[in-house]
Amino acid sequence: MSVKIGVPSKGRLMEKTFEWFAERGITMKRTGAEREYSGAVEGIEGVSLVLLSASEIPRELAAGRIHLGVTGTDLVREKLADWQAVVEEIAPMGFGHADLIIAVPECWVDVETLDDLDAAASAFRADHGFRLRIATKYHRLVRDYLRAHGVADYQLVDSQGATEGTIRNLTAEAVADITSTGETLRANHLKILDTEPILLSQATLFATRAAALDAGETAAMQALRERLA
Amino acid sequence: MSTPSLAARAEAQRLFSAFQSWGAVPVEAAVLQPAETLLDLYGEDIRARAYVTTDPVQGEMMLRPDFTVPVVQAHMALGAEPARYCYSGEVFRKQEGGRSRASEYLQVGYEVFDREQPLRADAEVFALFSRMLAGKGLRAATGDIGVLIAAVRGLPTSDTRKAALMRHLWRPTRFRALLERFADRAPLPKGRTALLERLAAGDPVESPAPQIGLRSRAEIETRLARLAEDAATPAIPGAVVDALEALVAVADKAPKALAAMRGLAGQMPWIAPALDLFEQRLVVLSAHGVAVEDLDFEAAYGRTTLEYYDGFVFGFYAEARPDLAPVATGGRYDALTAVLGQGRSIPAVGGVIRPALLVELGDPA
Repeated sequence: MSVKIGVPSKGRLMEKTFEWFAERGITMKRTGAEREYSGAVEGIEGVSLVLLSASEIPRELAAGRIHLGVTGTDLVREKLADWQAVVEEIAPMGFGHADLIIAVPECWVDVETLDDLDAAASAFRADHGFRLRIATKYHRLVRDYLRAHGVADYQLVDSQGATEGTIRNLTAEAVADITSTGETLRANHLKILDTEPILLSQATLFATRAAALDAGETAAMQALRERLA
Repeated sequence: MSTPSLAARAEAQRLFSAFQSWGAVPVEAAVLQPAETLLDLYGEDIRARAYVTTDPVQGEMMLRPDFTVPVVQAHMALGAEPARYCYSGEVFRKQEGGRSRASEYLQVGYEVFDREQPLRADAEVFALFSRMLAGKGLRAATGDIGVLIAAVRGLPTSDTRKAALMRHLWRPTRFRALLERFADRAPLPKGRTALLERLAAGDPVESPAPQIGLRSRAEIETRLARLAEDAATPAIPGAVVDALEALVAVADKAPKALAAMRGLAGQMPWIAPALDLFEQRLVVLSAHGVAVEDLDFEAAYGRTTLEYYDGFVFGFYAEARPDLAPVATGGRYDALTAVLGQGRSIPAVGGVIRPALLVELGDPA
C-alpha cells in the first residue's frame, strides 16, 4: 500500500497546497475529468493523493484512513478532542491564515474587552431572562476560551454559515468566527473585541498517530519527511 | 469509556445500605434531566461536561451529570424537615482530556436538609464519610466558602462591585482580575479613559454605526452610566485587597489555618463572625470524633466553576494515586436550594462516594 495524503479538494487551499509541495519537489495534480475528485503524486515513490473536503480531513486523520492531511489548525482543534494525542503537527504551511475572534455590534460603545462582554452578558441576562447568545461553529474552542477567561452568563448558538448576519436577524447578540481581513465583519457593522484571538489558524500538514505503517509505507513516509524537513 | 464493574456495583450496594442504616431515605432520580435547569445553574460550561440529547416532547435533555439537582427538587416538592436522603446510580460526564477517566460511573450519595443545626449537619456528613472511608489511605481536604463570601460581602466598596466579585467567586482568574481593577492596580482597557472623559463632559457617546441586534441603546446607556459610576467609586485599599488575596491562599492544618485567618481579620474585621462559625465547626467536628488538629484546610478549596458549594466543603483523595479523581467530595449548598426552590430554600449539605475508585484502591494492608 502507499502513504495516503489528504488534500483539500478545491479552491485556493488546494492550489496553495499543490504549490507548497511543488516547492519541495513533489508534484500533485488532479486527474480525470474536471469535476472528478482523483489525483496523482509525482516526484516521490509510494505516496498517493486523496482529495477531500478540508473539514473532513481531521476526522479522516483521527480514524487513520489517511496518513497525512492538510487542513486548518482551527478545524483540527475544534473537531478533535485531545488533538495532540490523535495527530502530529508536521509543518505550518504559511497560507490560509485566519484568526478565530469574538465580535460584537460596533454600536456597543461600552464593550471593548472580554471584561466588558462579561459585564454586558450579566446585565443582558437580568434584562432579557436568557443568557447572551454567541453564534459560532467553533463550540469547543470558544467555550474553552471563555471558561479559561472566566466569562459567564453566555450561551453558544450554532451557526454553520453567514454567522455575521445572526445579530441583525436577532438570533444572536455576538459572534465568534474566523476572519482574515475583517471585511465581512465591518460590512455587517461588527467590531472585534480588543483581546488576544481565540486561535491563530493557518493551513498545516498533520500526520495521524492512529494508523500503523507497513514496511513500504514506512520507507515512503521517511522519504517524504526528509523532503519536507 | 467503561461501564461499572460487578465489584463496583457490589461496593455501591454496600455503601447505599450503610447510608440507609444511618437513617437516610433512599430516593430515585431520572437519568434524563431537563437541560435548561442545569444550563441555568451551571452556565454553558456544563455542555462541555454533560451529554446532551433531544426528546421530541420535552426538548433538550441531559444525562444526569450529578444527583444533587434532582434530589433537591424532590425534597422541595414533597420533603418533610429535617430530612436525610441517599441515592445510588450512574452519572455521566464527558472526559475530553484524560482518556483514562471513566465517562460513566456510579455515585452513592448522602444529603442532609436541616434548618436548625447546620454546623451539626456539616460535622455529621463529614464524620460519616470519614468513618466509611477509614482504612483506605485517603487524605481529607476541607475548605469553607462561607469565609470567602463573608470576606467579599464586607468589603468597603459599592454594592455593584461586591455583586461583581460574588458572581465570579467560583472563577478564581476573573475574581482576581476584578479585585486588582477595584484596587486601581490594573491598567484601564485601551480607550476607557477617553470614553470616561467624554461621558464626564456630557457627551452621549453614540456610535456612527447603525443600532443592530437585541441589545438596545437603552441597555448600552445603562452600562455607560455604570461605567461612569464605577470610575467614581473609590479604590478598595491595597492593604485590604492584599489581605483578601492572602486569605484565599491560606492552606494549613485547620487550627493553624484558623490562626492565620484570625491574623488577616485585622485588615478585614468583617470576617470575624464567619471565623467564629469555622471555629465552632471544628469543635463540633471534634465532638464527632474527627481529629481536627490533623485536618487539612485550604481556603480556596471547592472554588471551581462547576460546583455550587457556599459553605463547608470537603474531598477525600488517594495520596498514592494522584491520577485518580477524588474518591469522595461534598459540601454545603444552601444557595442552590434557593435557586431551585423558587423562593423557598433550606440549608443543605451532602456528598458523594465513587465506589469504583474504592474497588480500584483495594485494601491497602
